[in-house]
Amino acid sequence: MITAMLSEAWMAMWANRLRTILTMLGMVIGVGAVILMLAVGQGAQQQVQASIASMGSNLFIILSGSTTSGGVRMGGGATPTLTVTDAQSLEELPSVAAVAPSSPGVAQLVYGPNNWSTQIIGTTPSYLQVRDWPLSAGSVFTDSDIRSATRVALLGQTVAQNLFGDESPIDKTIRIKNSPYLVLGVLAGKGQSLDGRDQDDTVLVPVTTAQNKLFGTQFAGTVRFIMAQADSADAMPRVEKSINELLRQRHRIRDGADSDFSIRNLTAMANTAAETAKVMSLMLGAIASISLLVGGIGIMNIMLVSVTERTREIGIRMAIGARGKDILLQFLLEAIIISVIGCLIGVLLGVGGAYGVQAAAGMAVEVTVNSIVTAFAVAAAVGIFFGWYPARKASMLRPIDALRFQ
Amino acid sequence: MADPVIRIEKLFKEYVTEAGTVPVLRSVEFNVMPGEFVAIMGASGSGKSTLMNILGCLDIATEGNYLLNGRDINHMDRDELALLRNRVIGFVFQGFNLLPRANLADNVALPLIYRGISRTERLEQANQMLEKVGLGKYGQSRPNQISGGQQQRVAIARALVNQPKLLLADEPTGNLDTKTSKEIMALFTELNQREGITIVLITHEPDIAAYANRLIRLADGRIVYDGPIAHADAEHLESTS
Ligand SMILES: Nc1ncnc2c1ncn2[C@@H]1O[C@H](COP(=O)(O)OP(=O)(O)O)[C@@H](O)[C@H]1O
Ligand SMILES: [Mg+2]
Repeated sequence: MITAMLSEAWMAMWANRLRTILTMLGMVIGVGAVILMLAVGQGAQQQVQASIASMGSNLFIILSGSTTSGGVRMGGGATPTLTVTDAQSLEELPSVAAVAPSSPGVAQLVYGPNNWSTQIIGTTPSYLQVRDWPLSAGSVFTDSDIRSATRVALLGQTVAQNLFGDESPIDKTIRIKNSPYLVLGVLAGKGQSLDGRDQDDTVLVPVTTAQNKLFGTQFAGTVRFIMAQADSADAMPRVEKSINELLRQRHRIRDGADSDFSIRNLTAMANTAAETAKVMSLMLGAIASISLLVGGIGIMNIMLVSVTERTREIGIRMAIGARGKDILLQFLLEAIIISVIGCLIGVLLGVGGAYGVQAAAGMAVEVTVNSIVTAFAVAAAVGIFFGWYPARKASMLRPIDALRFQ
Repeated sequence: MADPVIRIEKLFKEYVTEAGTVPVLRSVEFNVMPGEFVAIMGASGSGKSTLMNILGCLDIATEGNYLLNGRDINHMDRDELALLRNRVIGFVFQGFNLLPRANLADNVALPLIYRGISRTERLEQANQMLEKVGLGKYGQSRPNQISGGQQQRVAIARALVNQPKLLLADEPTGNLDTKTSKEIMALFTELNQREGITIVLITHEPDIAAYANRLIRLADGRIVYDGPIAHADAEHLESTS
């Protein structure tokens, strides 16, 4: 029975090939768009998640200068007020796991014929702990390197690649601003940061080296920012408060006066970014779903035309014994076949399109089995939902009215 | 005596149109016994088709009873009526009403689909039926590839494929030439005499009506003659086209 119905549905669809294909096209585009958008959204979400994971956990960044003053954000270029000793004193606070003062700058690196311009961060070994950043080779500089401001460096993957290629950089000497630096280690790969920068395009040197030899500072001992890590997510509010109190006290800021530093909860910002990515991803899916809806309405439209056109045929079938449900099933099957085949092609195009986008635009995409299963379920549902009304209309016809229809 | 195949009592049919209700059948009553071959004649618009559609369970009377094989049609739902159309009644139309897309074998096999019979068996039975109406070789042809007479044979084969005991035909020869009409009528006669199938057919032509045993003449929605063809007045046998 059902096979007979299927072959009949197939015949009817074949008889109206062009129309069937055009109707399917609506489904194809709808499903394709949903798959593609979900893939792009998921990809973006994954990337954000990866960036967050690579950032380090339970992080604060303390910047020199106040962030908001009467709602106006002050630039990061404010007079540096934070010092290495500030950082050291923060380490003593309860629930603080690690603190890393950071003095960033940009300089040209040279090794043999190769040169590379990159961000250089002057910091302490704690930086690697705070950022949860292991070495892939070599060793970290030590506290004694910091005390004596030795010219040593840790290279990010991108820097190592560009200066050394396949050669091992360990124990080689590079030149930064014409001074020789010994490469102690190479950092493991981190990938992109939340704002899309290549985190591996960086070099770490002792903070004192950066301050005294590389960049120099107008104000001795100051750093641009300090990174601090709480030992748990729960401790973050407490830690933020105690950092604030301690620094205000150390900087002798009177009650009621603005701080000369600002504390940002990076983890909270990251979570906001993750949330944003998720909403974006949902929105892309929702927008694409509209085209699926339009595809469904297209099916309904065509099925209505088809029912009208084939009213006489319906009458003939009823006259020789078709029940209402036989007619209903026949038209419903047609709608479902159209939407499922359309869905199949749509999935193929969507997945192909997603990888096309990845190849062409370098965007991260992530095609999940889930999205494909959902697309199929939705396509079948759309077929049933939008096929139901026309099919039911056909099945409710009175035989004599259907037969008389011209 | 056996129970009647068809028993209608005080049958009325009105159509509701914009101009108001139009009475088409007015208190029509008759019985058809098993094995009878009945011709219905009457002027155009006298209500023949309306009556036939009710007999074929394609339409429902406004008032009155219709008992098919002793069962009251008024108390049946749509599915039960569909079942009757599928198994008990074979219907033949003036315009053949074949599905143009399907080949002849599939056309004949169509009623079997709604009986849930497997494809191989369907085609076997359909081809047997085609054989019976003299079109055994044409199973794969399309309706538009054969003549009108042949199409009507296919329609008859389709009407008979479920072995109904009652065959209803609304002007089955209306679109056919005289020679072909005679061939079709010979087929009806054979079905009636050899297989005992009860036949009710509508015609305009006395020559065609002459194949039947009994004549019912309708005028203006009323029966004006019901009796053996042999006893009918010339007036009642008069051509109506
Ligand atoms: N669906 C309908 N709606 C309104 N009037 C109809 C309808 N069908 C038939 N009629 C009218 O009923 C009368 C009888 O029609 P019909 O039974 O087809 O006559 P016949 O077959 O004897 O020519 C005609 O006047 C016709 O116009
Ligand atoms: Mg008529």
